Amino acid sequence: MKAKKTLNMITQRAVEEGIAMEIGKTSRQYFDACSIIEMNEQDMKELGIMKNTNVRVKSESGEVVVKAVVGRQTCYPGLCHIRQGVWANQVVPPRTQSTGAPQYSGFPVTVEPVPNERLKTALELVQGAVGMWKGDQ
Amino acid sequence: MSELLIKNGYIFDPISGIKGDKADIAIKDGKIVDKVSSKAQVIDASGKTVMSGGVDIHTHVSGPKVNTGRMMRPEDKFFRGSYRGGIIKQGKRMEMGFSIPSTYKTGYAYARMGYTFTNEAAMPPLLAPHVHEEFRDTPILDQAAMPVFGNNWFCFEYIKNKELENNAAYVAWLLNATKGIGIKVVNPGGTEAWAWGENCTTINDPVPYFDITPAEIVKGLIETNEYLGLPHSVHIHGNNLGNPGNYKDTLDTLRLAESYKAKNKFGREQVLHNTHIQFHSYKGTSWADFESGAKEIMDYVNANKNITCDIGQVTLDETTTMTADGPFEYHLNQLNHIKWANVDVELETGSGVVPYIYDKNIKVCGIQWAIGLELALYAKDLMRVHITTDHPNAGPFTRYPCVIKWLMSEKARKETLDTMKWKDKVIAASNIASMDRELGLYEIAMMTRAGPAKALGLAAIYGSLVKGADGNVAIYNLDANDLPSDPELIEAAFQNTAYTIKEGVVVVKDGEIIAEPHKYTLWTKVNMPENAQVMHDIKEKFTKNYTVNLENYAVFDEHVHNPRAIELDVA
Amino acid sequence: MPKVIENVGCPYCGCSCDDVRITVSDDGKDILEVENVCAIGTEIFKHGCSKDRIRLPRMRQPDGSMKDISYEEAIDWTARHLLKAKKPLMYGFGSTNCEGQAAAARVMEIAGGMLDNCATICHGPSFLAIFDNGYPSCTLGEVKNRADVIVYWGSNPAHAHPRHMSRYSIFPRGFFTGKGQKKRTVIVIDPRFTDTANVADYHLQVKQGHDYELFNAFRMVIHGHGKDLPDEVAGIKKETILEVAEIMKNARFGTTFFGMGLTHTDGRNHNIDIAISLTRDLNKISKWTIMAMRGHYNIAGPGVVWSWTFGFPYCLDLTKQNHAHMNPGETSSVDMAMRDEVDMFINIGTDAAAHFPIPAVKQLKKHPWVTIDPSINMASEISDLHIPVCICGVDVGGIVYRMDNVPIQFRKVIEPPEGVMDDETLLNKIADRMEELKAKGEA
Repeated sequence: MKAKKTLNMITQRAVEEGIAMEIGKTSRQYFDACSIIEMNEQDMKELGIMKNTNVRVKSESGEVVVKAVVGRQTCYPGLCHIRQGVWANQVVPPRTQSTGAPQYSGFPVTVEPVPNERLKTALELVQGAVGMWKGDQ
Repeated sequence: MSELLIKNGYIFDPISGIKGDKADIAIKDGKIVDKVSSKAQVIDASGKTVMSGGVDIHTHVSGPKVNTGRMMRPEDKFFRGSYRGGIIKQGKRMEMGFSIPSTYKTGYAYARMGYTFTNEAAMPPLLAPHVHEEFRDTPILDQAAMPVFGNNWFCFEYIKNKELENNAAYVAWLLNATKGIGIKVVNPGGTEAWAWGENCTTINDPVPYFDITPAEIVKGLIETNEYLGLPHSVHIHGNNLGNPGNYKDTLDTLRLAESYKAKNKFGREQVLHNTHIQFHSYKGTSWADFESGAKEIMDYVNANKNITCDIGQVTLDETTTMTADGPFEYHLNQLNHIKWANVDVELETGSGVVPYIYDKNIKVCGIQWAIGLELALYAKDLMRVHITTDHPNAGPFTRYPCVIKWLMSEKARKETLDTMKWKDKVIAASNIASMDRELGLYEIAMMTRAGPAKALGLAAIYGSLVKGADGNVAIYNLDANDLPSDPELIEAAFQNTAYTIKEGVVVVKDGEIIAEPHKYTLWTKVNMPENAQVMHDIKEKFTKNYTVNLENYAVFDEHVHNPRAIELDVA
Repeated sequence: MPKVIENVGCPYCGCSCDDVRITVSDDGKDILEVENVCAIGTEIFKHGCSKDRIRLPRMRQPDGSMKDISYEEAIDWTARHLLKAKKPLMYGFGSTNCEGQAAAARVMEIAGGMLDNCATICHGPSFLAIFDNGYPSCTLGEVKNRADVIVYWGSNPAHAHPRHMSRYSIFPRGFFTGKGQKKRTVIVIDPRFTDTANVADYHLQVKQGHDYELFNAFRMVIHGHGKDLPDEVAGIKKETILEVAEIMKNARFGTTFFGMGLTHTDGRNHNIDIAISLTRDLNKISKWTIMAMRGHYNIAGPGVVWSWTFGFPYCLDLTKQNHAHMNPGETSSVDMAMRDEVDMFINIGTDAAAHFPIPAVKQLKKHPWVTIDPSINMASEISDLHIPVCICGVDVGGIVYRMDNVPIQFRKVIEPPEGVMDDETLLNKIADRMEELKAKGEA
């Protein structure tokens, strides 16, 4: 395991996320589209992360487990991207610089490999956060 | 059957020629009638002034650029300046905004001043559904809107090719599609030029690419208007608005009407309405030697009966300018460097919005103020010269009572002049200080209801107390035989009516909104055979150039609020 | 016989395409085919005729399960809670027609609450910049017919507005742009090599969060101080800045489309403010316009409707009852949530539970939560009451405002599931019920 490195995270729309959202936020498609982090290969190497394995992303306001990939829309070293949605919002800081708009883009996160940790579903993350998750029925 | 009898008021009704006689006005089922039964509700108007509901011929109150102004100016919401009118929630909804009031405040504030009809001064055709949405949310007032044609590609091509009938068919189609009332022209050719960052500042500047001049556009549209026989004439905001020396361009524009005579069945006599003529009556070569051209302009208007105008009086407030004259707003912003919004509209028009402060301590603002009043005071036929502030461009419509005060009282004008820092320069650049004319209530009735209604071709419905007209009445707390010597009391009386009656329903009592009955959207329905060539041209332009489909362009019937069509047939 | 409906509006992104062709089944209940639409739009229409649509309001039970109730009960419950709450917040409107947004204004004016829309977390900073600096813009047809230089800055239409480039900006052949893409120069400014950057003539890979500096650099060049630029600004080489600035200066008609890449990052409104200043500068030498890439098909709508209603586009405080107040930072949804000021939350036509940062969701969930939405989403699954409504553009029509504030008239293409109300009807019934309760002195 390599030393932790602080990356700069952003979260934006993706067409896959858009399609999946319309199918439904509890769908497999939404899960597949949004529970990934896109990183630069060099950062993955430095952090000891294998492609398509799970990582824990931590920010000042939360943490989430997502799958690390090298996206088609590449990030430069030091930049990472989780598609807009439930997983990204577990770590997006709610601070708004007094504008109403949270810090969706450009906040520090640490990313560490957790290949054996499970990805949570959208419902588990949201209901879990507000104390309503009762496990898979 | 609802009946209403207004007893013993002093009646001022230029359409029927009643000049302050004591008489009764009867309303039955929303219309003026000769008499009503003994069961009628009675309003005692003794010692009060009675006029028909006010008619605003030119005001920007509904639609995209008005709303851009509202959106971009949060600082306008509670702003008052020296204006004394307050906001108290009276009607069903909140009232917000000063120079660009919310739709609810617009309806309530006009009603409180005794107005019952407004003509929205510029509707971009592509955005017509927006105008109609705002109409729905503007209480009480009957409203109409004029689509803009002066920079429309279809009109350019038809006029250039001298295809009058095709242009007429297109205009009729567009009035129907947008539910518009008549032909508005704003900076003909200049706004199209602005799409490339240019302008047309004289009537002979060619429009880039289209190979047509503003003069040709204006003449073509006058011919079209009279070919169709529309209720209103062409309604023009000419080239070179707002610049020193522009009175010559204005005279050039007015002369374009010389050979034309009005043809219509609505009692309209003019072929050209020059709106906010104050902004077009400037002499001088720069802001340094800027002076009034009111005399030259009004001499021409006085001598030519086929022209009407409204004054566009500067009220010396902080306000919001907005016009389809895109290049003007850009240049204004280059002067004041406050914020600037612009919307160029595909194939049709453009617009800009810039906040503006008419500061009485700035010489030019003082002269502008003087010019508007001079124009009205030079006028010989006040049926053809109407009170407006080109709301909100020269000031908010809520200042009409103040404008009336200035026109009725030399003392009030002097008092305002005395507050100006450059009073002497204002006096030197205008004749305002030497004018002792004071208008009377009959003349005010001409300028605020009868005249505008006649010019709009709507005098059978609005602006009149003759039998058959809509039962719209304003009752002011003014004893016509004993007018107050304090001009402030005149302003106060016109600010809040004793009663405003809309189609026989009392909507305002003692300056308070008490009812919000239904209202109408007026539009002009031209019945004429379909023109295959024009329909083909329309389809082609929608396929190739517009970004909205033709079938979604015309305002759907369900989005037109309570339509009331003025119909006419063209063979 | 299946019926073909043309000129249908697509209720997805801010492109608000109005050329969709839908084939509907004989009984008017099923959508058989969808044409002229992007992949996302297709899903919306498919979902619209799904048999799994929710048909009745559902109330959360003590055991956490949801139980169907009548619309009447749901309306009464909502009206009573709105009147009881000191500072209820209604938020959303990404997927609501203007008629619904106008009705919502009425509801919250009567309730004396807070009213906000998705712009608060998207283009809210753009509003702040517009308040300060204006908005020199145009309709999309002007871009199509005239533009020879297109800038996408912090926006990625290939993903967020799939037909934007083909209908309006890069590819279409317009009146003065008969050669389409061949005669247009496309500049994409984005820290990622996006799919949009992939079709650009220039991709400026700006250092994330440093957009303001890059705008400043362009302004320097436009003002004639290009020589004084440092060798590199925000990760972009001086030569590149000079070259691109020259293209901007020589444009016949240029448009800058900007997106969340500017509004969501450090600087927020200041990034937009300087983008507008750059546009103003460019108009001294050329013709330039600027446009916000509004996300949803009618998210421009609430800004438009509430501006004519109250004079403010978003972040409305109607608690004073006789006048409206707006102060983003204070009256914005996420800020209020984080200060736990809101004591009831109505999520309408959006999914705050998925799209707010989770700490804000936790705060809001401390109080009664109502979701008004056609679908099951994260908000519905944590709410106390879920009221289904029609889908605008599918089973109810109405006016929507495209990203350039052009009103588009949407059509209804299929019948809504039996009994399901549209937003406008539902909200007006809630308002009527509140007026009734107030008149009876029950509130």
